[in-house]
Amino acid sequence: MSVPTIATSRAAADGIPGSAHSEVALKARASRRSGSFRPKALIPIVYILFLLLPIYWLVNMSFKTNVEITNAFTLWPANPTLRNYAVIFTDPSWYNGYINSIIYVVLNMVISVAVALPAAYAFSRYRFLGDKHLFFWLLTNRMAPPAVFALPFFQLYSAFGLIDTHIAVALAHCLFNVPLAVWILEGFMSGVPKEIDETAYIDGYSFPRFFFKIFMPLIASGVGVAAFFCFMFSWVELLIARTLTVTDAKPISAIMTRTVSASGMDWGVLAAAGVLTIIPGAIVIWFVRNYIAKGFALGRV
Amino acid sequence: MARIRLDHIRHAYSPELAKAGNYALREVDHAFEDGGAYALLGPSGCGKTTLLNIISGLLTPSEGQVRFDDRDVTTLSPEARNIAQVFQFPVIYDTMTVRENLAFPLRNRKVPQAEIARRVDDMLKRLRLETRADRKARGLTADEKQKISLGRGLVRSDVNAILFDEPLTVIDPHMKWQLRSELKELHREFAMTMIYVTHDQTEALTFADKVVVMYDGEVVQIGTPEELFERPKHTFVGYFIGSPGMNVLPCEMDGDAVVVAGHRLALAGGRANTASGARIELGIRPEFVRVVERGGGLPAEIEKVEDVGSERIVRARLGGLPVSAIVAEGQPLPADAALAFEPGALNLYADSRLVERTGGRA
Amino acid sequence: MEKTWNNKAWFFVLPVLLLVAFSAVIPLMTVVNYSVQDTFGNNEFFWAGTDWFTELLGSARFHDALIRNLVFSAIILAIEVPLGILVALAMPKKGIWVSVCLVLMALPLLIPWNVVGTIWQVFGRTDIGLLGYSMRALGIDYNYVQDPIDAWVTVIVMDVWHWTSLVVLLCYAGLVSIPDAYYQAAKIDGASRWAVFRYIQLPKMGRVLLIAVLLRFMDSFMIYTEPFVVTGGGPGNSTTFLSIDLVKMAVGQFDLGPAAAMSLVYFLIILLLSWVFYTVMENAGRDRAVKETAE
Repeated sequence: MSVPTIATSRAAADGIPGSAHSEVALKARASRRSGSFRPKALIPIVYILFLLLPIYWLVNMSFKTNVEITNAFTLWPANPTLRNYAVIFTDPSWYNGYINSIIYVVLNMVISVAVALPAAYAFSRYRFLGDKHLFFWLLTNRMAPPAVFALPFFQLYSAFGLIDTHIAVALAHCLFNVPLAVWILEGFMSGVPKEIDETAYIDGYSFPRFFFKIFMPLIASGVGVAAFFCFMFSWVELLIARTLTVTDAKPISAIMTRTVSASGMDWGVLAAAGVLTIIPGAIVIWFVRNYIAKGFALGRV
Repeated sequence: MARIRLDHIRHAYSPELAKAGNYALREVDHAFEDGGAYALLGPSGCGKTTLLNIISGLLTPSEGQVRFDDRDVTTLSPEARNIAQVFQFPVIYDTMTVRENLAFPLRNRKVPQAEIARRVDDMLKRLRLETRADRKARGLTADEKQKISLGRGLVRSDVNAILFDEPLTVIDPHMKWQLRSELKELHREFAMTMIYVTHDQTEALTFADKVVVMYDGEVVQIGTPEELFERPKHTFVGYFIGSPGMNVLPCEMDGDAVVVAGHRLALAGGRANTASGARIELGIRPEFVRVVERGGGLPAEIEKVEDVGSERIVRARLGGLPVSAIVAEGQPLPADAALAFEPGALNLYADSRLVERTGGRA
Repeated sequence: MEKTWNNKAWFFVLPVLLLVAFSAVIPLMTVVNYSVQDTFGNNEFFWAGTDWFTELLGSARFHDALIRNLVFSAIILAIEVPLGILVALAMPKKGIWVSVCLVLMALPLLIPWNVVGTIWQVFGRTDIGLLGYSMRALGIDYNYVQDPIDAWVTVIVMDVWHWTSLVVLLCYAGLVSIPDAYYQAAKIDGASRWAVFRYIQLPKMGRVLLIAVLLRFMDSFMIYTEPFVVTGGGPGNSTTFLSIDLVKMAVGQFDLGPAAAMSLVYFLIILLLSWVFYTVMENAGRDRAVKETAE
């Protein structure tokens, strides 16, 4: 069989003698393999620039005075000021918004994961009467538009006297977070072989001891991912949170809109408040960065 | 088809590793003759898959050249090298039918339609997949999927070489035999160069004309199965091939003889030239160790006897050194035993490498 | 996995059931209740039967909002899904840059939705926003407050900015799960870049892509906060999507009956369309497997 007649096209520069032992040769070949710069890398770079530009503009504004914002168009603060942040951190009606948001988000996270854990275990391990329908029905709640529920929620929680409490918002957010948490956790749990359960029972573990001592560590990353998603959707939601709160549990994002419309346009403070709502999210992402890819596949690709 | 020449190949996975002297392949200088059936045999992590990927072009070696006949292909892509490779785990294109899977490499190379149909039908028949030809590949069993992977390599009969990377790992034992003989038959028919990576000695020895044994990033011996068995060039080869492996006993030189566990043994075939200070070992296959009455050899304690069906394996201790011997079924074992080594089967190793002795093979 | 039949598992599901019943079933009952009644305030209700439904289904206002929403979702899917796949394909696979990319890309997903609206409202303003100002400087007549087309473009770009990363992250998760051997085999088989995408990457992304399309469809169909903050549904009614219309009706005009009827219809449309998407996409991937079992 003849060798295909592709010309032996090794340029002189490539003609590294086989015996040459040098880092130069190694690096030359390594760089030829990976290429010094691939145009493909431009796509994520351009995309990230597109994402960061509006955020940059917000951050930029938060360090400007209102005079500079409205009168001069500057790409970065000419006279950087911390006044806008000072306003927020010295006024309880501002910073309480953050505290309120954090309280109901954490409450929601704990409730959602706590009730989703046993349910996800049941769905991943057992068959029972109506299991498939139940699972599907749970997921349909994720499809419910918050706008549909805003008013009935208000009336329901009024009836229980829960309006303007953190727990009300936390419970209301369970509407979309519990189904999601069940779905994510079920995915992660199904990845744990059933033999682990059986071995533990044979070894004489009681169910609670098995669940917390053996099973939970195995799905720890799943719990983390579920908590992350609960945090995410509870933190970003406004419509329901605003409807159910008046003053005592008002989330920061709602305070933002109200205060701004009341005091004319204090652009600087608005921007600073916006920047401060981005920070908790950024911190949380940083902690789960290694699980993001797996988390978004919901535990099973 | 082509003769594949590996010219002083060394490979490290990064320049930093190379600087630290950490090479996945330390030095390989070898040629695979056109039309040969080779096995690359060695334990996990010995560099055999690295070497295979260098031949196929998935990796560019850090140093050295790969030549197909006289053509330097060191930096060519796998496609330009015109080779086929089958991987350890089945790789199939889920959304294609079995037939489309097999036709895929041919279609990519613009082979005429009629020719594709002919070759694919032929391959379907050989792999006994005719009944599945028009099914989507995703629903098949692991066996069948791996057969498709094999088929995608074999269907290209004009390739320079076909490389197999432990292709039968996921296949059922009875199917392994069938597929291996199918491969042998294809090899005879088309005389393609085949290189077969495995860590299973049976697979290597039954498949290959020549076995390349690798250990720790190096080729330690190339030879026919007989050569590997009778004259292991490295204690690793002796230990890795054969069941149980070769007995390797530390010893000292004493003129023309060696001293093992305090006993003097004359060596057949003349004086050995060993560098002073080298670590000397004596190698003997269990097949050439006889268990005799005390007085007929070196006195030893029998520790246990394993019955493996056709024969028995005697585990003994010779002054503290473990020695295995293979004894025929039914042969009585003396209570006070001694071991006799067949003089012609003794191999001497200095620093793990076989010492060639003047006077040739006994 | 082989599951054992055990009805006691219901006890595990009970907390979820109670919680969701409280936060979904009771409110939904209220909605159903309102949808068949009329009120003139003072907590007096009158039986209205299916009047609200017939009125709603015949109303031009509802039709317009529905069509606007469908067009919006279609545009969103047509932009975000291909763009998300493209970015995911171009993402680095190893090293420090993966974390950097993932963290930066996930950032918009964790910004409260009204802040997203605020960011774009400011960004697009022609007096103080970088985007609006630059457009003006380039001589493009851009004003999202007055021009319906500009308002739509702004809302769409904002949604692309906000949500494309979700598609990217889902696709990326699908891509990194493909073993190297697949790419190597494709190289050996001489497959083109397109063939690698068509026969390896796309099939392996199938599942996550289904999730991405479903989530993006549902959420874009339910969109409320972001366009409300940016445009308030205007100019005119040009960006009044179903949710915005619903809240206007329920909270602004306190038309409980029509709003409740609209809520139910709205919810049913989402369920129906999601089911259609799900079935169509599942079938596209599974039809052969089903045929095989039928054989």
